[in-house]
Amino acid sequence: MTATEAPTREKLVGKALKRREDPRLVQGLGRFMDDIVLPGMVHVKILRSPLAHARIRNIDTSRAASAPGVLGVFTGQDFADVNALPYAWQAAGVENHINTPRILAVDEVHWVGDPVACVVAETAQQAEDALELIELDLEELPAVVDAQATTEPGAPQLHENAPNNIAFEWDCGNAEGTDAALASAPVVVRQRIRNQRLIATPMETRGAIGQYDAGTDEYTFWLSSQAPHVHRLVMAAFVLGHPEEKIRVIAPDIGGAFGSKIFMYTEYPLVGLLSKKLGRPVKWIETREEHALATAQGRDHVTDIEVAAERDGKITGLKVTTWANLGAYLSTAAGGIPTTLYARMVAGVYKIPNIHCKVYGTYTNTALVDAYRGAGRPEAAYVAERAVDLVARELGMDPAEVRRKNFIPSDEFPFDTGIGMLPYDSGNYPAALDRALEMVGYGDFRKEQEEARARGKYLGLGFSTYVEVCGLAPTSWITSEGWGAGLWESANVRVHLTGKVVVTTGSMPHGQGHETTFSQIIADELGVPYEDIIVEWGDTAGTPFGYGSYGSRSLTVGGTAIVQSARKIRDKMKKIAAHMLEVNEDEVDFEAGKVFVKGAPDRSVSFADIALNASVGANLPPGVEPVLDATTYFDPPNCTFPFGTHIAIVEVDAETGNVELKRYVAVDDVGNVINPLIVDGQIQGGIVQGIGQALWEHGVYGEDGQLLTSTLMDYGIPKASYMPMIELDRTVTESPINPMGVKGAGEAGTIASTPAIVNAVMDALAPLGIKHIDMPLSAPRVWAAMQEAKGN
Amino acid sequence: MYPAPFDYHRPASVEEAIQILQSNPEAKIIAGGHSLLPAMKLRLAAPSALVDLHGIDELKGISVNGSATVGAMTTYDEILSNQDLANTFGALYQAVAEVGDIQVRNRGTLGGSASHADPAADATAALVAHGAEFVVRGPNGERTISADEFFVDLFTTAMEPEEVLVKINLPAPAENTSSAYAKFRHPASGYPVCGVAAVVTRDGSGTVTSARVVATGSVLKPTRLTGVEEAITGTNGDADAVAAAAERAEEGVSEWAGDHYASSEYRAHLTKVYAKRALNKALGNG
Repeated sequence: MTATEAPTREKLVGKALKRREDPRLVQGLGRFMDDIVLPGMVHVKILRSPLAHARIRNIDTSRAASAPGVLGVFTGQDFADVNALPYAWQAAGVENHINTPRILAVDEVHWVGDPVACVVAETAQQAEDALELIELDLEELPAVVDAQATTEPGAPQLHENAPNNIAFEWDCGNAEGTDAALASAPVVVRQRIRNQRLIATPMETRGAIGQYDAGTDEYTFWLSSQAPHVHRLVMAAFVLGHPEEKIRVIAPDIGGAFGSKIFMYTEYPLVGLLSKKLGRPVKWIETREEHALATAQGRDHVTDIEVAAERDGKITGLKVTTWANLGAYLSTAAGGIPTTLYARMVAGVYKIPNIHCKVYGTYTNTALVDAYRGAGRPEAAYVAERAVDLVARELGMDPAEVRRKNFIPSDEFPFDTGIGMLPYDSGNYPAALDRALEMVGYGDFRKEQEEARARGKYLGLGFSTYVEVCGLAPTSWITSEGWGAGLWESANVRVHLTGKVVVTTGSMPHGQGHETTFSQIIADELGVPYEDIIVEWGDTAGTPFGYGSYGSRSLTVGGTAIVQSARKIRDKMKKIAAHMLEVNEDEVDFEAGKVFVKGAPDRSVSFADIALNASVGANLPPGVEPVLDATTYFDPPNCTFPFGTHIAIVEVDAETGNVELKRYVAVDDVGNVINPLIVDGQIQGGIVQGIGQALWEHGVYGEDGQLLTSTLMDYGIPKASYMPMIELDRTVTESPINPMGVKGAGEAGTIASTPAIVNAVMDALAPLGIKHIDMPLSAPRVWAAMQEAKGN
Repeated sequence: MYPAPFDYHRPASVEEAIQILQSNPEAKIIAGGHSLLPAMKLRLAAPSALVDLHGIDELKGISVNGSATVGAMTTYDEILSNQDLANTFGALYQAVAEVGDIQVRNRGTLGGSASHADPAADATAALVAHGAEFVVRGPNGERTISADEFFVDLFTTAMEPEEVLVKINLPAPAENTSSAYAKFRHPASGYPVCGVAAVVTRDGSGTVTSARVVATGSVLKPTRLTGVEEAITGTNGDADAVAAAAERAEEGVSEWAGDHYASSEYRAHLTKVYAKRALNKALGNG
């Protein structure tokens, strides 16, 4: 370095660093819910209703109460004075007929899995043994499980305040204009589609530990939580009625969640209340079967699509009517998912002049439904991408061309789709499509397909040119959309006396690699070694209030809060360093972990020297407080809208209907990328999860409300061996709404991949005239459709 | 996910195991445990005692000399590691290779699977196709049950409650015999939605002289597809002959399995497809 050259340092942002958290996790040194053992801790097991709908005649707990090791047996009557859980995200602007779960059911049960009683014992085994001794006398009532059938006359009724089992009736867009477009269009296609029920199935099931301290009147909860502060807030304000400052929530390592660990569940306050009753810490660990029965599930829409188009493929109207199954009660965010996050996104990447979307949120005798990876946007992308393909099929046009013809033009961003969503921040849809077509060799494929068809093979290619909304925030918008709290995010950055940096975040990692990504950001902002950065999260006693991780918001909202806190630290360090260098503040620069005099970089003070001086406070400029400690609460002006093109190639076995995945190409645009390795991992995992929905996953309820897929022997999660090598690339269109130009990446893959697969299978089966088959496209279903098409 | 309390026995001999079973009617034998333990954890099964056969040396090991004998407690992995067995009894080898994952194959046993008689087991179809004999011992001594009589119904064998499966004999196949197993996997469980094992013998001119074709998964117990066996016998065994023979897969099957994933109609159809695929594989038809 010459004396006039400013110091430089290799940037870490953009580098594919391996995850910092992995050495700990892969060595089994993580600390998950069941690793936590407290002195004197006892265990609770929950008796769940075996029937989908029944009146509780009697619960005889006497035998269970005298079983070995049992400390207490409780029923709904024991918690009759505790509030039902809150419903935090209403369908906005309409009346919501609210029914939420109680700690344990009182009088009636409404789904198989509804908690009716619990046993606390010295060991989990003893609690489970005693559970079998509880005698449950139920009077069975008729049940209903289908999202749409539940609204029909004569259907069994779940709740008195919700006639026809409708929790809310909501719409967006322009009903009249859309009807007029449908009435006058030369081409109209109509299709009923089902977006089936999914079970979240993270590696680690849920868990909760409650510890009540009678001396201080304080509760401490360990929860498998994506949002510990929100859990504390809800617990304090709505359930326990206990002061917030006397509740602490700690979220340890979380073994995946996919949204299912955002919500308030009855088991969480239960362990606290039991701890208070019994004077012992109480632990609950969910079994895999309980997870299937009682953790909030995803999707489950019945949707009628009507599309109006010109003969050239230009879409002029889209009318969507959806019955969204919300389950037996309303879960925490149940109202917002099928309205704000679904209905307002059905335009997809298309400029459609007339759109109307009507949504019925319905009660059924099934597990509660809430956000699940993508939460509303996968359902919306499925509607938009199936709709465009149906138009292409009807017109005999290339589905790539129909898409291109209807894309929102790249020069029209920010773009308002006219159905109440915030304007899409930025986009360049043809670029991603072109790159994907190039990667897949589109022209060659169509020739290959022709040859394959001549040989009786069912080879198909499917597109998904998706967009999604994520980086969930602006508080002013989301509150107007019915969400009952804020969605800003917090970050605190402190520099210790030794120059080490501690970042505390309100985001809540549960597998995404925040520790690595956030460290890369801080390393560049402050010019400190990566190893000198510690990232902390997950304890309401040690982090500023934050809203947690979901809706692909950690980087765009939480990460921006970190950047802003780091910049406050930089500003203060410059002030202090200028004083140390005896120059004015505007005469110094901050680069590569040094503050130096502009034009004379050899006159500098190191990060560590500034940190030491700032922390001790021996030589500060007048009016400057000691200590480097900055907190930011960041609320962005908009959400971000990642997009891309995914292409799947499949072959359907003519004899069995089995779908074989041959290739999968994905070009995603999530704006700037902090860590390509982590983003690729998120995209790949998301793609696999979305393929799971397209081909295998299905939470099946029998007519009587029994869950037929409560084990992993029945519920088909994707397996690595089922996947082809996923071919990834990206385009980069910066988001203008945050300083890093980033968009979310956690859900994009899931949102994109499901329709790509279904469209590919429909393309493969086009020679049979098959236009639609409902998911999952399992071999038996596809074969049945092929038989029907062949007139067998 | 915790089983109900149970006693645990680890007898050193078959005779001791029989005695424990006699004195304890609610006891269950445990071999690899990959069927029984999940049922116990879900409390679908709550035996008062488990009789663990791992301490009985007599039940272990494989000997091959034209014919073969496989001890009931031989693990899948041991079967897959025995090249002599694989060379002679291809359908069994291929079926066992399809069972579970590495962990299951390290622990699961052939005898356990046969005794459990899960209608969706892989190896059972191959055992019947190879004409296996099941040697069982009980309070009244030892007897041998033929493959065609061993599997009685869903989770039901011809064994008495106090009998223990000791070993499985596989008779030496005739000259020019080949075999194969083909399967459609359930995407969640990996069990066969339909699996077919085929053992075929040809004469010097290539004519099929005998065939045993056995379905599993689509039926309630391993079931010989007698229509297919009859139709393929006497043919030259080419792809056309196989296709024609497979069309007769539904003959003589009184009841097909069916559930929310795959209807009985679909499973009956799959049985034709997989009878064809197994026969083509066994006969070496590209």
